[in-house]
Amino acid sequence: MVPTWSSFGLQNSASPSMEQLTFFHDFTMVVITLITVTVGLNMFLICSCLLTNRLLLQEQVVEIVWTVIPVFILLSIALPSLKALYLLDDPFTPSLTIKAVGHQWYWSYEYSDFPGIEFDSYMLPESDSLSIARLLETDNSLIVPSFSQIRVLITGSDVIHSWAVPSLGVKADAVPGRLNQVMLYVNRSGVFYGQCSEICGANHSFMPIKLEAVPMAYFIKWALKSS
Amino acid sequence: MSSAESQLPWTAPFDARYPNMNQTKHCYKSYIDFHRCQKLRGEDYEPCQYFKKTYTSLCPNEWVSKWDTQRAEGTYPCKI
Repeated sequence: MVPTWSSFGLQNSASPSMEQLTFFHDFTMVVITLITVTVGLNMFLICSCLLTNRLLLQEQVVEIVWTVIPVFILLSIALPSLKALYLLDDPFTPSLTIKAVGHQWYWSYEYSDFPGIEFDSYMLPESDSLSIARLLETDNSLIVPSFSQIRVLITGSDVIHSWAVPSLGVKADAVPGRLNQVMLYVNRSGVFYGQCSEICGANHSFMPIKLEAVPMAYFIKWALKSS
Repeated sequence: MSSAESQLPWTAPFDARYPNMNQTKHCYKSYIDFHRCQKLRGEDYEPCQYFKKTYTSLCPNEWVSKWDTQRAEGTYPCKI
C-alpha cells in the first residue's frame, strides 16, 4: 500500500497489529488535542486578564483536581499502550519462516523451509516500465501468504538497516550478528511497501521493501515452482 | 489449518526457551546441538535432524556456511 497524496493520518492497516496501533494513535491524538485546547484556553484567559485570582493564596480543592485528573489521563493512555505493546510481542506458532537480510543497499530474502528459494531485491529505476511507485518498486518482491502467521527473521550483513512495512505495523532493526523476529499476519491480499528505516549509507533511500500478499494456494504454487 | 496451509513444509516451532524478539541464540544453539548430537549418537541418528531442520529454518545461509567453514578449518569458537 502506497501513501497517497494529501493523506493526513496513517496508512490503512492490513494486519491486526496495525489496527491496534492505529486505534492507539487515534485515541491518543484525541487526548492530546483536548489537553492542548484546555491549556491554551487557560493561558489565553490568564494572559488576557491580569486581575484573575488576584487575592488567591491557596486552594486545596483545585490542587487535588489538577493532580488527580492528569493521573487518570495518563492511565487511560498507558493501559492501551501496554496492551498494544504486549500484543505485538505475543508468542505465536508460525506456519512459515522467512529471513530478511539487509545489505548495502538492497534486501535479500531466504525461504529456507523451501529448498533453494533465495533472492535479492533491488530497487527498480524510475525509467523501468514496471516502476509504478517511484523509489518503492523492486525487481523481486517478497511473496507471503495472506491469513497465516509468518515469522520474519531480520538481520544485517554489513551495517544496521531496518526492515519496515508501515501498513502491516512491523519494523525491526537489521543488526549484523543478531536475529530479530517479528510476526507478520496480513489480513488481505495486496501489495505493501516499506523502506529501510535506519540510516545505512549513501543509498539508504534506495533499498525499498515490496511485499506481495497472496492467497495460500497461490503462494504454495509459487513456492513449489521456485524451489 | 486450511488444506492449502497443510501443504506448507515444516518450520521451527515456538520454543519457550527463546520467547523474545532476539532469536540469535535459538539459531546458534540449534546449530551446536545438531553437531553435538551427531558426535554423540552418530550421523545416522534420526532425531538429530530436528536440530538441523531448526537451524536451517532460523539461521541465515551466510552464517551457516561461515560456521561450516570454521568447523572444517578447526577455528569454530565453540567446543562441539
